[in-house]
Amino acid sequence: MRRFLLILVILALVSAGAFFALTMPARVAPEELADLTGNADAGESVFWAGGCASCHAGADAEGEDRRVLSGGQRLASEFGTFVAPNVSPDPERGIGDWTLAEFVTAMQNGISPEGRHYYPAFPYTAYRMATRQDMADLFAFINTLPASDRPSEPHQVSFPVTITRGIGLWKLLHLQDDYVIDADLTEQEARGRYLAEALAHCAECHTPRDATGGLDRTRWMAGAPNPTGRGTIPALTPDELTWSVEEIAAYLNDGFAPDFDTAGGQMAEVVQNLSNLTPEDRLAIAAYLKALPPLAE
Amino acid sequence: MKLHAILAASAVIAATGFGTATIAQDLPFPVQARQGQMKMMGLNLGMLVSMARGDAEYDADRAQIAAGNLVALSSVDQAFHWPEGTDNMTLVGTRALPEIWENLPDFQEKYVALGAAADGLAAVAGDGLDPMRAAFGPVGAACGACHDSYQAED
Repeated sequence: MRRFLLILVILALVSAGAFFALTMPARVAPEELADLTGNADAGESVFWAGGCASCHAGADAEGEDRRVLSGGQRLASEFGTFVAPNVSPDPERGIGDWTLAEFVTAMQNGISPEGRHYYPAFPYTAYRMATRQDMADLFAFINTLPASDRPSEPHQVSFPVTITRGIGLWKLLHLQDDYVIDADLTEQEARGRYLAEALAHCAECHTPRDATGGLDRTRWMAGAPNPTGRGTIPALTPDELTWSVEEIAAYLNDGFAPDFDTAGGQMAEVVQNLSNLTPEDRLAIAAYLKALPPLAE
Repeated sequence: MKLHAILAASAVIAATGFGTATIAQDLPFPVQARQGQMKMMGLNLGMLVSMARGDAEYDADRAQIAAGNLVALSSVDQAFHWPEGTDNMTLVGTRALPEIWENLPDFQEKYVALGAAADGLAAVAGDGLDPMRAAFGPVGAACGACHDSYQAED
């Protein structure tokens, strides 16, 4: 009996050790970024392509207010409601005192400066694929935006989702270092893939999730239930989204569908973001969508 | 056996086909009416969007007609268009979110804002492509502001 207990204790210690090791937050070292100089002007297009304002601008912010990243918007999910934090350059309440290495660690590894895992409502699984130069440019741009002293609010999640160390396990499953679409792409389609998969994170809404809340990469952009619990988010695969490349690109700029209905819900804000990109970049996103494998496959 | 399978398959196709048609026809009259109003707006907006995008040549007369129609369509009193129980939680075939009925004053304010933007557009729509384009911006923004809050994605 005693021997059995001893084995049990050893097993528990080993698995606790394994859990600890496997879920260890991974930081980006400052030396890795030593050669980078952020360009705030270039960072503005990364900012709009990345859709930062959609979550981090205040709820109901319009126009210039979408540049004030005070946080506060709520994202409903089956794991609880996440509240976007203040990421304005305020040194107390925002990220004004962060180093570039801390910023890149947050954006691409999903780790806070204090070494905690962020919930993947923050789409670092997508941003992970972004170039380090784009991250440095984005950091420079965010630091030019107005500071807000609005305190960040806690997420509304309950046990066991509250154990952020568990996110380390989630990351083993879902934090990947390759693109989903790995077919031979034209230069334009590849640019579109970078914008859609690494920055704009279209799949966060347009791809269904598995039981662990990760994106089902086998049903990429196949449409998904709306996380608000009402209706569905449409599929973007070419068998479902039959608009032409030009029609898709125009929609991403002015929000008018080919039947001249306008973008609704969260997509209205996505259009506001993407209207700040170049026409070439919007065409590239459209070309990428046309290169997606159809649902039937 | 094979015949049975074919019969069963056609029964399924017929049932689903008729099902969809029935749903569309059974939408309450006010829902059909407001969707018709939106479609008419879409048709007229489309004329202007095509010119603004450069897909169609700017035509002062057609632009003026479209803008005038938008003024007329956005001044329709919608008192009978939004009865309770016609949101997308209750009905299939509408994208109207329940938030409309929780924020009716704001919803109506946004409709009034569309009317004001349409007036601004009609004042200059026949004066040239650039003035039309500039005055069209607020109209698109008015559409988006309401859809952003009160229209579901799908």
